[in-house]
Amino acid sequence: MWIDLVFWAGFAGLLWVNRSRPVFWPLLALGLLLLFNRFTTPGFFDLEIRDGRLYGSLVDVINQGSKVMLLALGMTLVIATGGVDLSVGAIMAIAGAVLAQVVGVAHLSVTVAIVAALAAGLLAGAWNGLLVAGLRIQPIVATLILMVAGRGIAQLITDGQIINFEQPALVFLGNGSLFGLPFTLTLVLAMFIFTALLVRGTALGLFIEAVGDNETASHFTGLSAQRVKFLVYVFAGFCAGLAGLVAASNIKSADANHAGLYLELDAILAVVVGGTALTGGRFQLAGSLVGALLIQTLSTTLYARNVSADIAPVPKAIVILAVCLLQSPVLRGKIARLGRFLPKTKGGAA
Amino acid sequence: MKKLRLSPQTIPMVASVAVLIVLYVGGCLAFDNFGSLRVLINLFGDNAFLGVAAIGITFVILSGGIDLSVGAVVALTSILIAGLIGHGLHPLAAIAVSLAFGAAFGALMGTLIQVFELPPFLVTLGGMFLARGLGFVVHPESLSIDHPFYGDFVSQTLSLPVTRKLSIPFTAVCLVAVVIGATMLARWSRFGRNVRAIGSSEASARLMGVPIARTKILVYTLAGALSALGGVVATFYMQSGNPASFVGLELDAIAAAVIGGTLLRGGVGFIPGTLVGVLILGVIQTLIIFQGTLNSWWTRIAVGGLLFVFILLQQLITRRKK
Repeated sequence: MWIDLVFWAGFAGLLWVNRSRPVFWPLLALGLLLLFNRFTTPGFFDLEIRDGRLYGSLVDVINQGSKVMLLALGMTLVIATGGVDLSVGAIMAIAGAVLAQVVGVAHLSVTVAIVAALAAGLLAGAWNGLLVAGLRIQPIVATLILMVAGRGIAQLITDGQIINFEQPALVFLGNGSLFGLPFTLTLVLAMFIFTALLVRGTALGLFIEAVGDNETASHFTGLSAQRVKFLVYVFAGFCAGLAGLVAASNIKSADANHAGLYLELDAILAVVVGGTALTGGRFQLAGSLVGALLIQTLSTTLYARNVSADIAPVPKAIVILAVCLLQSPVLRGKIARLGRFLPKTKGGAA
Repeated sequence: MKKLRLSPQTIPMVASVAVLIVLYVGGCLAFDNFGSLRVLINLFGDNAFLGVAAIGITFVILSGGIDLSVGAVVALTSILIAGLIGHGLHPLAAIAVSLAFGAAFGALMGTLIQVFELPPFLVTLGGMFLARGLGFVVHPESLSIDHPFYGDFVSQTLSLPVTRKLSIPFTAVCLVAVVIGATMLARWSRFGRNVRAIGSSEASARLMGVPIARTKILVYTLAGALSALGGVVATFYMQSGNPASFVGLELDAIAAAVIGGTLLRGGVGFIPGTLVGVLILGVIQTLIIFQGTLNSWWTRIAVGGLLFVFILLQQLITRRKK
């Protein structure tokens, strides 16, 4: 009971603190969804401690959502430059394949495997960056190439086999817990802090926004737009590699066909729902994480309510389109015009 | 000496035809029976649903947009038809309902894109999720179509006999008919000109008095209808409907359009080129089946590689023009 009260008070406080920030809207949507679950989905907020770790739907949201959150961090920066990366799901498959191949078939150490998998992610990101920045191919098209070929490459690495592994350190990565919470939460937070420091602690974030806002203008201010673009794709590749490690660790094997399937779409949606416009410019790193949590909470809610996994895309699509419509300047304009004839509402003030 | 000059529009087309010929002739030289008429006919028949859907997506790309919902709409239509026939509706009525549904679905996405100025990428992504899920709402698994119309009429009566044993399946006839119709629509109709004008530059098109909103909504409506038609053709081919099928079909369709010479930034494209692109994908698949030892994932790598080469070619051409 007390925990319940503290949770909602905390959430309300979070909303109040962020009332004039762009992250308010996705946070509000997340809060409403949680509130809906609080009263209609039995057991959604139940937490129990077994063997020193927490179990419950909320923990599932964090653990399952960690992959999308990791992808969303990289994707935010890519979208901020006015691009998009469709290949992150395929890169996850490649990284997982490299990981499994190195530990499962070549029998090298776990460290080597992790480094190799992350390097594969970096390399894949560099390839995308080369196409977008070096050859100046439109991002959708450039990353489409790896999206189409990536799973084939992953199959090539594992020779079409599903390779299992048992190494405790690798299993811990996606299934272990730290301080009672999933280790993936620590991983996501560490990556978030690293990314935030990278883009807000240095001028890099400003450069990214400048390139996304107006590439020509940023060129005239002496910025190497192509170098900035190259870097964001490499970073997205790295994040995808990390997400690929978590995905492989979750199932203790590399599945080139299904690892990260459709996650590029979830990541893009998380970023857009989080308040970063697809046209580039301003970006909301924290918003993207909230967006990822929102999408994952939605999925978990549907599963908790016994909606078949196959039908789950329908409510997901409706929420996505609704959030996009809410962010549409045209609709906002119409509402604002309407609002002049109506008494002021709380929603209109924020 | 008169020098042969190719305009930037025709270079990718010539290149893709050359690739198709090289792959096909190479296959004929490497494998017995590859050059047989049966393989050639199957190339059209087996890829008909992809071809029809790819032509719809070509129109969207011509207008400067993108449609990611294609594969899901094809799957949804196939299961919708199977479900409606299962409930006792006549196949022709079921097909009519599905085509109308596809068109309405496309129109809805087009309206969201045009009226609320949402990015096509995002709206059609939502459309993809929606159509994929709705397919499972109609029927959660594969449903075979058991109706004399499908069994005898479409697969027997409507196919064109070539020799005593060999006939051209109706799906291939559908594909050729759609290609001819779409080519005429793109080349010689006011709608086709408007679409390309918008794809080249929406601002200029607006100043020229092109009805932007109507044309763009119509483009997505057409793509939705053609995706639905792809689903109809798929039911002819499979004699069943399956909500889980055709995952990633949109990627193949986009790849076919690009390989066939449609510029992804819009404005430049050629409908028969998309057919060539579809045939190239089909030949690659057939080659890998004939080869026997290569895994099917080599198809994905080959398509990705080809996509890269053609995109590079597009890039070189557009840069030279500047």
